Amino acid sequence: MEGFEKEWIVFCKKECATCRMVVPVLQEIQREGLPLIVYTQDDPAFPEGLARVHDDTSLEASFRSRIEAVPTLILLEGGQEKERVVGWDREKWRALTGLGRLGEELPPFRPGCGARNTEPGLAEELAVRFGAVPLSSRRVEVAPLEDEIEACFDRGWTDGLPVVPPTPLRVVRMLAGTTRDPREVIGDVPPNNVPCTVEKAAINAVMAGCRPEYFPVVLAALEAALQDDFCLHGLLATTYFSGPLIIVNGPVRQRIGMNSGINALGQGNRANATIGRALQLIVRNVGGGRPGEIDRAALGHPGKYTFCFAEDEEGSPWEPLSVERGFPEGVSTVTLFPGDGVQPVVDQLSRTPESLARTFALCLRSVAHPKIPMAADAVLVVCPEHAQVFRQAGWSKRRLREELDGLLQLPGKELVRGAQGISEGIPEGFEGLTLPKFKPDGLLLVHAGGRAGKFSAVISGWIGSRAGGSRPVTWEIRS
Amino acid sequence: MKEKIVLLDPTSEITSSMRERLPRTVPIQEAVIGLLDISKPRGDVFLDELERLLGQKGMQVKRFKKPTFTRTAPLDLLQEIRSQCNVVVEALAD
Repeated sequence: MEGFEKEWIVFCKKECATCRMVVPVLQEIQREGLPLIVYTQDDPAFPEGLARVHDDTSLEASFRSRIEAVPTLILLEGGQEKERVVGWDREKWRALTGLGRLGEELPPFRPGCGARNTEPGLAEELAVRFGAVPLSSRRVEVAPLEDEIEACFDRGWTDGLPVVPPTPLRVVRMLAGTTRDPREVIGDVPPNNVPCTVEKAAINAVMAGCRPEYFPVVLAALEAALQDDFCLHGLLATTYFSGPLIIVNGPVRQRIGMNSGINALGQGNRANATIGRALQLIVRNVGGGRPGEIDRAALGHPGKYTFCFAEDEEGSPWEPLSVERGFPEGVSTVTLFPGDGVQPVVDQLSRTPESLARTFALCLRSVAHPKIPMAADAVLVVCPEHAQVFRQAGWSKRRLREELDGLLQLPGKELVRGAQGISEGIPEGFEGLTLPKFKPDGLLLVHAGGRAGKFSAVISGWIGSRAGGSRPVTWEIRS
Repeated sequence: MKEKIVLLDPTSEITSSMRERLPRTVPIQEAVIGLLDISKPRGDVFLDELERLLGQKGMQVKRFKKPTFTRTAPLDLLQEIRSQCNVVVEALAD
């Protein structure tokens, strides 16, 4: 680097005692004739007695130089940073300036203070102000007298509930929740098959009320929903009730504080509530899937606002859903299921696994219609008090599955059209057959819920889940 | 006054960022037309004439009146007009 011009820059603020302490040192550097530029973060009049002091109260230079603490001394050669020293370190300052007697009267070492540009909340604001995050979405200006929440309603961006207005600052904060590039395309969102970038997903996650640490779960849910197996286009267009249900497994549940216990399928937990909502807002806003347009649901169900919960793995007698579906323990996943509402299963008296399995089978038989086999899938959410019956009897999940499979073999003569005085049913030719209620892998078993209550729940699935329709998809959550 | 707020568009950006106009109403011959008098002098003269002309064309007309022009219409009145009419003509100034 011989021949390049050397220059020194120091960043400081008056509020910092170490910065005030090194003022005589800075004066000494300039007296020695070294080209030293000073950027001051809080008071343009500080430090006194120096030339070339620049007002950096806007913090632009500090932000662009990625200053973390003050004072920071930087050596430039040919305009390029060569080296930097953070805080006061006499030997390093001497080495960097080549001034062997610099700061003789000062202590050998004193740490600095946090730089103003790293103050909580400010870093993202500076990133927005100085364009450090590449945001490419259209900017929509809301007039000063307009209410920004009403503005979101007016533009058709909401599911009927208020959304958090997606300002660039909030979106940048959301994007900090992932290491993925904002420009990365996650996939094409139906029904309009529009490519959805990480940035668009972040905007909708902001609107849904997510915290940045939930964002990887939202992205994984979106990726899973966009897999061909899940058949999101058909799911959102159907006249049937269903919408995407997200079941979360793995350590991420505790890290972001999800609810798998009391009221796990209900309201009250921010992560549960907003992750499911974010996916639905992406479908609405990016994909264009709106009720009455492409979404033709005759009734829908309240879970189409949001439907997301975590499995209670710790209290479960069985392996987690994610492990059953092929992922190692300790890996966080989402499982997407085309779910309807929740049907309670009440059994307060069964104390044997055989009796309780019969209750489950009887209730599961009613999914969609007791006379319709191999159509809709289902999730059986087993609550702790029911799970305890199987734990005590030593029944594995596989054992329960086998029992249910056996109990849910339905005689064709009960299912055919006209049987039981009901026109609905399967064609008459199937009278002599025995048919399973569910397709292979069409029943998911999950453990969740409060410790009290001898209940479980059936979440029935989309009736279009037969061949060519939707299948549950499990997907790893990445940072 | 607060500053203008910038929001990032959450949509696929295939439509205008402006708020969309309300959809067109039913064909005008089938529409129920509300005539709203805001209680300004001579507004009734204008609306009487309009009612007569619309009546000649066989169109359905309903009359409404704000209690005072100095305040916005009461919510009840707005909802009454909305639930009974397809379009509304307001006589604004004397």
